[in-house]
Amino acid sequence: MNNDGRYLRLSVLIFVGFGLILPISLGFWQTGRAAFGLFPALGQDTLSLAPWRELVTLPGFGTSLRLTLVTGIGATVLSLMLATGFCAAVHSRATPGAGARMLTPFLAIPHAALAVGLAFVLAPSGWIARGLAPFVGWDRPPDIASVNDTWGLALMAGLMIKEVPFLLLVILSALTQIPVAKQVTAGRALGYGRGIVWIKIIMPQVWPLIRLPVWVVLAYALSVVDVAMILGPSNPPTLAVAITRWFNAADPGQILPASAGAILQALIITLGIAAFVLGELLMRRVGRWWLRRGGRGLSTEPGLHLASLATVIMMGIGMLAMVSLLIWSLAWRWSFPLILPESWSLRPWTNSSSGWQRALSNTVFLAITTTVLSVALAITWLEGEDRARRGRAAWAEALIYLPLVIPQIGFLYGLNIAFLQIGISGGMSAVVWAQAIFVFPYVMIALSDPWRALDRQHVNSAAALGAGPFRRLLQVKLPILLRPILTAAAIGVAVSVAQYLPTLFIGAGRIATLTTEAVTLSSGSDRRVTGVYATLQIVLPFAGYLAAFLIPAFLHRNRRKLNGSTQA
Amino acid sequence: MKHLLIAALALSFGTSALADSGADSLTDWQQTLDEARGQTVCWNAWGGDARTNAFIAWVSDQTDAQYGVKVEQVKLSDTAEAVTRVISEKAAGRDHDGSIDIIWINGPNFLAMKKQGLLHGPFVASLPNAQYLDLGPTSAASVDFTVPVEGMESPWRLAKFVFTYDSVRVSDVPRTMADFVGWAADHPGGFTHPAPSNFMGATFLKQALIELAPDASVLQNPVSDDAYEIATAPLWDWYDALRPNMWRGGETLPENESIQQQMLNDGEVDISMSLDPASTAAAIAQGLLPETARVFVPEGGSIGNVSFVAIPYNAAHSAGAEVVANFLIAPETQAHMQNIDVLGSFSVLDPSKLDASAQATFAALPASDALPTLESLGPTLLEPHASWMTRLTKDWARRYTK
Repeated sequence: MNNDGRYLRLSVLIFVGFGLILPISLGFWQTGRAAFGLFPALGQDTLSLAPWRELVTLPGFGTSLRLTLVTGIGATVLSLMLATGFCAAVHSRATPGAGARMLTPFLAIPHAALAVGLAFVLAPSGWIARGLAPFVGWDRPPDIASVNDTWGLALMAGLMIKEVPFLLLVILSALTQIPVAKQVTAGRALGYGRGIVWIKIIMPQVWPLIRLPVWVVLAYALSVVDVAMILGPSNPPTLAVAITRWFNAADPGQILPASAGAILQALIITLGIAAFVLGELLMRRVGRWWLRRGGRGLSTEPGLHLASLATVIMMGIGMLAMVSLLIWSLAWRWSFPLILPESWSLRPWTNSSSGWQRALSNTVFLAITTTVLSVALAITWLEGEDRARRGRAAWAEALIYLPLVIPQIGFLYGLNIAFLQIGISGGMSAVVWAQAIFVFPYVMIALSDPWRALDRQHVNSAAALGAGPFRRLLQVKLPILLRPILTAAAIGVAVSVAQYLPTLFIGAGRIATLTTEAVTLSSGSDRRVTGVYATLQIVLPFAGYLAAFLIPAFLHRNRRKLNGSTQA
Repeated sequence: MKHLLIAALALSFGTSALADSGADSLTDWQQTLDEARGQTVCWNAWGGDARTNAFIAWVSDQTDAQYGVKVEQVKLSDTAEAVTRVISEKAAGRDHDGSIDIIWINGPNFLAMKKQGLLHGPFVASLPNAQYLDLGPTSAASVDFTVPVEGMESPWRLAKFVFTYDSVRVSDVPRTMADFVGWAADHPGGFTHPAPSNFMGATFLKQALIELAPDASVLQNPVSDDAYEIATAPLWDWYDALRPNMWRGGETLPENESIQQQMLNDGEVDISMSLDPASTAAAIAQGLLPETARVFVPEGGSIGNVSFVAIPYNAAHSAGAEVVANFLIAPETQAHMQNIDVLGSFSVLDPSKLDASAQATFAALPASDALPTLESLGPTLLEPHASWMTRLTKDWARRYTK
């Protein structure tokens, strides 16, 4: 036990407890009360199961539930398979740095912006159909359900285009800790197919390192609202969207079953993660038997090619989606089946009434504030760990991941009521707070590994030269860690820009950001204005990543070991 | 505009209905103006229409210049969001200083708020510009979906149900609601309507209900089980016949009329619908519909209603909200709004109460091929009592959401 920096750790604990755990618990408490019939404002003050009974009898409830499970679990499992297959196929040819650079655009783009672009690319009147039109002879869009399909396929595709790159990045960084090349060579020498070496040897070692991020992906896919609103089925929609609609229905009585649904959403995620844990246990038993059987699995090669092909196609469609947003924002008339607009205009950009300037400034303010807060807290936390000279307890790690695996819809409505009671709802500070709950974990996760990887020699030398702990942090650690800190900050900016539900619920709709406006506009008639917002939504995180790349490159231009390639 | 000529004639009878409200109300209003100065009014309004958003921005500029009151629009994707927000605030005990100052509202949302006691007022009669309104007990501005307004909301624009089509692609539009079944059979996949959970989608069902119900007069009373069964039976038969030939077999519906208008523009469907007769002309001007888009209404007429603004009971800036409500019914504002280059929404004012210069302003407004005249829009059908709409959308969801 070490008492160094005890106050530092204590203050971090208080900050996290008060800033993170308290609002989540308060939110769930309020939502939970409503779910069991306690909502005095509507004259409901007896504990009952009526909201639950009402929930299951709401039209389309069963279908919504099924859709949520199929799209959420389906998108996660498929993303994992594709990412693994792609990794297996290209790992020997790609350096982690190159991989990360290639994936950055997909990580930076907010889900909602991608979904808006994708809706255009995939729609019956979209780019793909326009490309096919001359050959198939369509003079009007075909009547096929290629987005908002009742199966949720477009929704799954939209989720996968975002999640496959994320999982790829996570797997690539996990692989740096495993001697992959040697093991693959050994496996190949023993006659195993390339794919099977990955499944039987590499992935069992990778899995413990990527388990948590996979759960995050699962939780996200099961509870996403904005993407599901844009790409998913509408009658009925997925459960999370249905709950959002019930919360906002004309009949205020719907708030009670909606709250029950919100609690159910949390249960679904818990059960989903439990299923993954169970699957893991099962794989351990079955896997051992399977390994001992010694099948060489030479037939997996086509599977790898298929996975790579599917990944490349999806990345291609994702790129098209991003380009289509920019083109729409510059179009005037662009009717079917033209591949490019028939007339162009800058009006959506120059017309001040579209109001993007205000949304942009709100978004920038929120992104910077939440990121600075989160980075400061993360550095304080990590420095506290350093001074205690011990690793992170499991509960602390769980605390960091907590906001990422609970459904936002589960506690945001309740949190809004709690914020109203203390009188800060609808203000900028409340939104900063609500967003930081989700920004902080990502910043913390991104910064932890580089921080631990710091060469202690430098710190020790500084200490030997008489530098106190504060000077060691300020003059040694932070400058050396400038690049990873800025990268974590860029991730923070991207997460903040993408927040939809927290901004909408806690901001009482008054804090218009690029994302809230883009989602609202995506249900409007003007793709051109939506294009403006979605383009800006993409530009902002990109600017963050660019800054994270350029600033250290400039500041450390005469420090070879700090100016790039080493740590990302 | 012909109704303005009629209005000019009517003016010769020279009524100045509310001019007798006296000096007291004027000093009261001066107090409201003083209190409102410097306030920023938070207007919660459906944000799906760029022209309306631009109009609200214009209102803000004007009220700021004239009264020192700014307007900030909170763009809702559904008005019910605002109702939920006021309820949350009540749940949290925030009975003052609420986040919403004024809401664009009508129908079931108004009924819900009025029932729950969530509205500020009555305030309409105390607005100086109320003198230009016809506030008779049965007038359009006094009844919202058959629910008496009782001064709790102030009108600002007229809505009337219309269909839009592209005259190049379609030459034979349905003449009645009943005709839609045969028309859809001839144009499979060419028709759809917004989901009835959306206001527009519900209005489409009501439009059909009024035409198809054996006795449409029962719709003016609050719904009862027996009346509902009898009145809606033909509607569901009609809908079951229509649905298989709708876009994607009726399995998927556009979320709202804006998306449907985009689908019409893309050529995915042949017909779109709107509660704003001017929306087609405006969309053409914005490049959002082809030049050949036109408007039609069923022969028997179509549903019309008035859009209102209401003030929540806990509004932080109720004085500013009243100033905005008053500004909205000023004759100059209404004329600006009726200009097709701005909004094109028909005025809610009683033409007989306008002076000659105001009438001249209305008469001088520009015209457009895609902008129907008031008489070509046919008779205005009364909105059913709000309880019908709630029942209808619930029943639709039960029948067609599997």
